[in-house]
Order: sequence, then structure tokens, then C-alpha cells
Amino acid sequence: MPRITLEPRFQVEYLSILDSDGNLDTALEPKLAGEDLRALYRAMVLGRRLDERMVRLQRQGRIGTFAPTKGQEASQMGSAFTLRRIDWMVPSFRETAAMIWRGWPIEKLLLFFAGHLEGGQPALDQHDLPITIPVATQLPHAVGLAYAAQYRGDDVVVMAYFGDGATSEGDFHEALNFAGVWHVPVVFVCQNNQWAISVPLKKQTHSRTIAQKALAYGLPGIQVDGNDVLAVYAAAREAVDRARAGDGPTLIECVTYRLGVHTTADDPTKYRTDEEVAMWEQKDPLTRFRAYLEKRNLLEANVEQRIDEEIAEAVRRFESAPPADPLTMFDHVYAELPADLKAQREAMAAREPAAPARTGEMPPPSPTPMRGQRLTRR
Amino acid sequence: MPKLNMVKALNLALFQAMERDADVLVLGEDVGVDGGVFRVTDDLQRKFGSQRVIDSPLAEAAIIGTAVGMALYGLKPVCEIQFSGFAFQCFHQIENHCARYRARSQGRFHIPMVIRMPYGGSVRALEHHSESEEQFYAHIPGLKMVIPSGPRNARALLAAAISDPDPVIFFEAKALYHAAKEEVPEESETVPLGRAQVAREGSALTLIAYGAMVRVALEAADVLRDEDGVDAEVIDLLTISPLDRDALVTSVKKTGRAVVVHEAPRSFGPGAEIAASIMDGAFLSLEAPVRRVAAHDVPFVGFAREKANIPDVPRVVAAARATLAF
Repeated sequence: MPRITLEPRFQVEYLSILDSDGNLDTALEPKLAGEDLRALYRAMVLGRRLDERMVRLQRQGRIGTFAPTKGQEASQMGSAFTLRRIDWMVPSFRETAAMIWRGWPIEKLLLFFAGHLEGGQPALDQHDLPITIPVATQLPHAVGLAYAAQYRGDDVVVMAYFGDGATSEGDFHEALNFAGVWHVPVVFVCQNNQWAISVPLKKQTHSRTIAQKALAYGLPGIQVDGNDVLAVYAAAREAVDRARAGDGPTLIECVTYRLGVHTTADDPTKYRTDEEVAMWEQKDPLTRFRAYLEKRNLLEANVEQRIDEEIAEAVRRFESAPPADPLTMFDHVYAELPADLKAQREAMAAREPAAPARTGEMPPPSPTPMRGQRLTRR
Repeated sequence: MPKLNMVKALNLALFQAMERDADVLVLGEDVGVDGGVFRVTDDLQRKFGSQRVIDSPLAEAAIIGTAVGMALYGLKPVCEIQFSGFAFQCFHQIENHCARYRARSQGRFHIPMVIRMPYGGSVRALEHHSESEEQFYAHIPGLKMVIPSGPRNARALLAAAISDPDPVIFFEAKALYHAAKEEVPEESETVPLGRAQVAREGSALTLIAYGAMVRVALEAADVLRDEDGVDAEVIDLLTISPLDRDALVTSVKKTGRAVVVHEAPRSFGPGAEIAASIMDGAFLSLEAPVRRVAAHDVPFVGFAREKANIPDVPRVVAAARATLAF
């Protein structure tokens, strides 16, 4: 009986096109029109400015806890930018920049984080799943969507987002395995932001890369500089085109960094150093992309100011949303309300005062705020 | 009308649903070539192909998780979990996603899927192959929980579950798969979910059961008639959740006495909810406390001791006599 060495091919590519010093690999530079590059930058800046605004809104008690995006704009936008409207996006809970790009109105997301389920309702023509909070559990959904699209013969690609921590979950491995066996058009985008709350990547996995985990399932995996929007775009373009051509799924690992808190209830000074954060701030995805656009003479004037105005208008719309009507909690449990639930609804209707008239203000924040959330409103 | 056992009756429901609607898919472990370990999906893959009858990799969470994705896309997946004891490995997908997607998306999405699972004891099986876990699913808002008691209603309920727009957990008693044959009409037949049936009319006492325990309750009613001269009414719930409270209340208003029988452990089980519903709706008609005959609050006991744990006819008869004598 022999004892022989099998030699599975084991190579993981790393892709970087525009580094943090502004060096550009022109051979790899994607052929994007100036208009597209501007749109990409605009979406990244919107992600950043909205994120900063939302942190302030949370501190003021105007929205609840949320997971900020800061630092991950290139990972999100470089990938989401490759999708068409009929493709599907499956987010986890930190994809604000990409979700806005996909068509979620800003005020709707604010409403969601202010505790209104209405904010999680995608529009009828929107091929986006709502935010999924239990880590990695959305990944099998993406595979199922892709299977269904393939079954119906629809020309559709599914892109699913998750973090480095998610790669320890069983659902991640099951989803990659099913995707490989079924050969479905799905692109898995891991935003490896180095920290799963307080646990660093080296305590999350003993693998050298996350990308290599794809190889065990017979899929291509690639690691990219997740703060380089051109590299993320190039890798995602390739993966989406491959999926669309019927050549199966891909795992993309975007090496990036969460510059802010895990959520607004988190204090990262407890587990990581200022020096580490400062080092990653040098690699800020916005800085290098801005310099690149400047060099190509593509930078729009006053883009930040116009985005801030857009955000301010959305905040105004959000704050003039009607107060929550408690009775609507019964509206979407079943297609048809069972008798006992109908009785529970009627009991509530008799108990609760009529919904207050529209005052242009949101209801007061929850009486038991998360850590870091003030009780009072401004 | 052909006489079918429950396996064949369920197979007929699946076959007809798939023939009628190309959106209906079957997936699970060994459901294709093998036709399922109990043969409920026998021959379906040959008739409908491996794209519609999918032999999935062995992973419960991804079976349910990918089916959620298919349902979000508009398909109607019918999943098989090989034994209900393995469903804890997909419980998070069921609770977090099947049950909630309609609410989470405020009606933009719904999950028209069915999860079939063999459940229950009396088949000399190992751990995780003999338990009754309906209470976990019945407790979750957004799910429906259905348990047929024989071939004809199994077929009609499965057909109704597949056409239902909401997620349905469909338990099939292993003890009933080959227990009896019934006439099952060839033309399609459904019974509405959420409706109990009077399996036997009576006036002295109401026995409430579902699944394999309906047979036990009916046999206990025979004993009560033959030995005590007492006419017991037997209610077959068919749907555990949403519970048909009206049927329970109507019966107990007539009889004044009730005994609930189930295979799940007693504490916090369906019997408690049934007893509370009877108290709510028929308190002034009650002549005695509502009793529960259930499995004991112990983990799996092994089939050598199973008979002492799962309700049987003597235990139901004894509980009925105590209730009548109260």
C-alpha cells in the first residue's frame, strides 16, 4: 500500500493596484470611465460622511446602536459597484455605503437604526436583502438565491458580504461548500477588518489568509488590498463576470481595517492600540483614491459639501417620519392573522391610546439605552 | 379510491404539488436517488430531475438556509430534515430567518417553504431518532406547526402546507409511516391549516391529541366505552400552531372535562398551552382540572425504557378516570 503525496494546487493571489503611497500599477489599472470613477468616489465619501453623522445622531440619542463603516468604503464600493440592479446584494450589518449605493434611501436606514422595522423593507424592485445580524447566517441565503436564479434561467449574480469573524461560523463553511457543489453564481465578499469586536484575526483563524479557505471547497479565492478601491473593483469584476458566465462562485478577501468602533456600544481602546489605528489611518481608502482622481483631473468641486447637504435633507426627512404605530406589529407575522393573534391585536387596540398626530418628531429613545447612548435627546 | 399508507400518501402530495407547480423543489439528505430514508420522496427525482429533487450535502443549516434563499427568490422549497432530532443544527435558520423574514422585510418577502421531519418514538430507534420537539416550533411566532395523524390527512395537510404562503414545520410520526392504510382520493385534496377535527364524538370527556397519540387516544376511548360505559370525545389537533382554540372550547363546553396527550415532555409543552386555552374559554364549564399525559421531563431514555415514558392507553385511561372521578 503506498503512502504518496497528493499535490493539490495551493496558491493564493494578492492584488494591489493603487497603494497607500499613491503608486499605481498601470498594467492592472481597471478601465473605468471618468464618470464611473467619480461615482465611486462620491459613494465612498457619502459612506464616510454619513457614518460620521450617524455616530453623532447615535450619541445624541436620535438613532440607536449601529455598526459604523469607516475605513471599509473601498471594500464595499469596489465590489458593489460591479453589480447591476437586477443582481442581488446580501448584506450583513456593516454595509451602509454599499446599501446606499444599491438604492436604500438614507432616511430609511436611519429609520431602521431608530428601531423602526419599516426601515428594513426593501423596495419592490430592489434586489437586496435587509440587514442580517446573526453572523454568517445570510450566506446560505445568498447561495439559495443564486440556485433559484440559475434554476429559473435568470441572468443574475448574487454578492454576499461578511466579516473575518464570520469565517469561523459553520454557516460560512456550509455556504461555501454548497456553492461549490451546486456551482452557483455567487460572489462571497469578506471584509477582513482585522477585528471581530475584540478578537484579532490571529485568534480567529490559524490560516495565513481567509482567501485560501475557498480552495478547500474547490472555489477560487483571492486576497486584495481592501483599501484600494481599484483592486477591489478589479477582483470583483473578474468574479462577477465568472459567475455570470456560469463558471461558479468566488471568495474575495478584502484586507481592510475598521477605523472606528465595532458598534456604537463598543470601546476599542480596551483591546487595540492607538498606534495600530494610526498606522491604518495612513492607508485610508479615501485619501489615496482622492489623490488618484486629482492626478487624473477627475475630482469634482465641493463634492463633500453637496453630500453633506444631501445627508442633512435625509436626516430632516427621517425626523419627520410618523411615530411608530404599535398595532402594525401584527401586520407581517403571517399572510393572514390567526384568530388568537387577531384577539391580541384587538386587546392592544383597546389598551393603547390612538396614535399621536404627526408632530414631525421621532418617539423618544428607548429607556434602556445601550452603553454609550445617552437617554436625553438634543 | 386507492388504499395508501402514510409514506405513499405523502409521496402522492409531493408528486402532485410538483406536477402542478414548477416552483416546488425538494431538497435534503438522501431525498433523491435514495428517495429519503423513509422513502417519502421515492421516485420524485426520476420524475422531476436532480435540479428539482436535490440530494444536498449533509448540513442541516445550509439545507434550511439555502431554502430560505430560494423562497426569497419566489420558489417553494420543501425540505426534508432526516430526523427531527437533527434539526437543532438548523434551528437558528428556522427561528432567525424562516419565521421572521416576513416581519423583518415588512411584507416585502415571505417564506413559502415547508420543512418536513420524521419525529417521535415507538420505533426502537437510537438517541436523536425518537424525540418529539414540536413545542419549540409551536412557540415561535411566524411559523405554523402541523402534525398529521394518518395517511389521508397527511396527504391533504402536506398539500395545504405547500400552498401556504408562510413557513410550515411538518412533523411526520415515524410510528405512523407504515401503521395503517387508508383510502386516499387520487384527485388533489387539502384541509385548511389551523383547524382541528373531531376524530370521535362523545359527551363525557374530551381527549385532545395529535400525531401518533391520536391512535392512543382513540383506543383509550374504546376502553372507556367498553369498561366504563363512558363516551369520550377525541379531538385531533392536526395543526399545533396556530392552535384551534375554538374547537377545544366548543368540545369542553360540552363535556366539562379534558385530558391532553402528547409525546413531548410535559413541562412547558403544548399541553400547558392547551390547558390555558381551555381555562380562558371554558372555565365555567370545567368540572375538573385539565390533565396532561405526556413524556416525563427527562432526556432520551433509550428504547428499552421508552414504553414507560411515552403515553400509552393505560396511562390515558387512568388519567381519564381520575378526571371523571374528580
